[in-house]
Amino acid sequence: MTNEELKITITSLFATATFDEGGEWLNVNVETADWKSFAQRLRNDDQFLFDFLFCLTCIDWKTHLTMVYHAESTKYRHNIVVKVKLDAAKPEIETVSDIWQTADFHEREVYELFGVNFLNHPDLRLLILPDGWEGRNPLRKDFDDPVNMIKL
Amino acid sequence: MDWIVVFVSKNFLSFKNTFDIRSMSNEVKSLQDSFPGQVHDLPGGGIITSKLDDLVNWARSNSLWPLTFATSCCGIEYMSVAGAKYDFSRFGFEVARASPRQADVIIIAGTIVNKMAPVLKRLYDQMADPKYVIAMGACAISGGPFFYNTYSVVKGADHVIPVDVYVAGCPPRPEALIHALMTLQEKIKSGKTREQWKTVP
Repeated sequence: MTNEELKITITSLFATATFDEGGEWLNVNVETADWKSFAQRLRNDDQFLFDFLFCLTCIDWKTHLTMVYHAESTKYRHNIVVKVKLDAAKPEIETVSDIWQTADFHEREVYELFGVNFLNHPDLRLLILPDGWEGRNPLRKDFDDPVNMIKL
Repeated sequence: MDWIVVFVSKNFLSFKNTFDIRSMSNEVKSLQDSFPGQVHDLPGGGIITSKLDDLVNWARSNSLWPLTFATSCCGIEYMSVAGAKYDFSRFGFEVARASPRQADVIIIAGTIVNKMAPVLKRLYDQMADPKYVIAMGACAISGGPFFYNTYSVVKGADHVIPVDVYVAGCPPRPEALIHALMTLQEKIKSGKTREQWKTVP
């Protein structure tokens, strides 16, 4: 499907979804509560078949966090970017590791670097950071490490 | 200690001939020029006079096998220097070893993060003496572009292990690395320890 066709189809299925203009791929904004069912639809619906989650990351905007998911269909070769806004004080979102298995590690990475709590994740613990880093999230804008960091 | 040694070789002629045949190559010529001692060509043999320490240092400096160790983009330049175009084998760096136990020099080609630091220390400890260290590029010298505002980067590899030669650049050009390797050779030939080199110019 082209971006325009994707947009029309998604709007008909999820009335609450909004779209960001610009960029090569279609950008969809989804509510946190809708994310799980939306992801399930993207992966399994015959007209979407987004079977390849090739990027999962997070952005700290200071006021809030944004989860960003990039997915591609290896059958139709169409791409999509899904953004989900999270509360900075209590960032929580449903895991998609049961839908795309690669999300298991990626969510652990976002968990350790941004402190996002992935609900129902099978094994949510630090991925690369050494033990003892729980609760300290180095990619958050307000992160401070007086021992190792030299501030400019 | 200044030991004077004299080598008398009946097969000296053949030894000399090998040098002559290969003297077309500049590298061998410079090797011959840098030989620390006198070669006396006599009928039916020959005599070489030299100091044992100088000979040992000369031999060491011309056979330095680096450890395969590259933590980031400096590694690409390092590979380039190892490859056919720049070819550090010409200067005795010959072949990169995958085991620290067979390596003489470790070229720190890249960023050292806090998690990597104990690994680097262990690799250095596992290398057999005499061992040498080259800090290649800004990251290995001081943390470089990651000096400020990072929680994970060691601000210079010399916080972890002692460094013999520093190469500036981000990353350094292959020529710069070759210059560093040859600087290390000069340092070894001088026979001075790392501490003496620092205090005595």
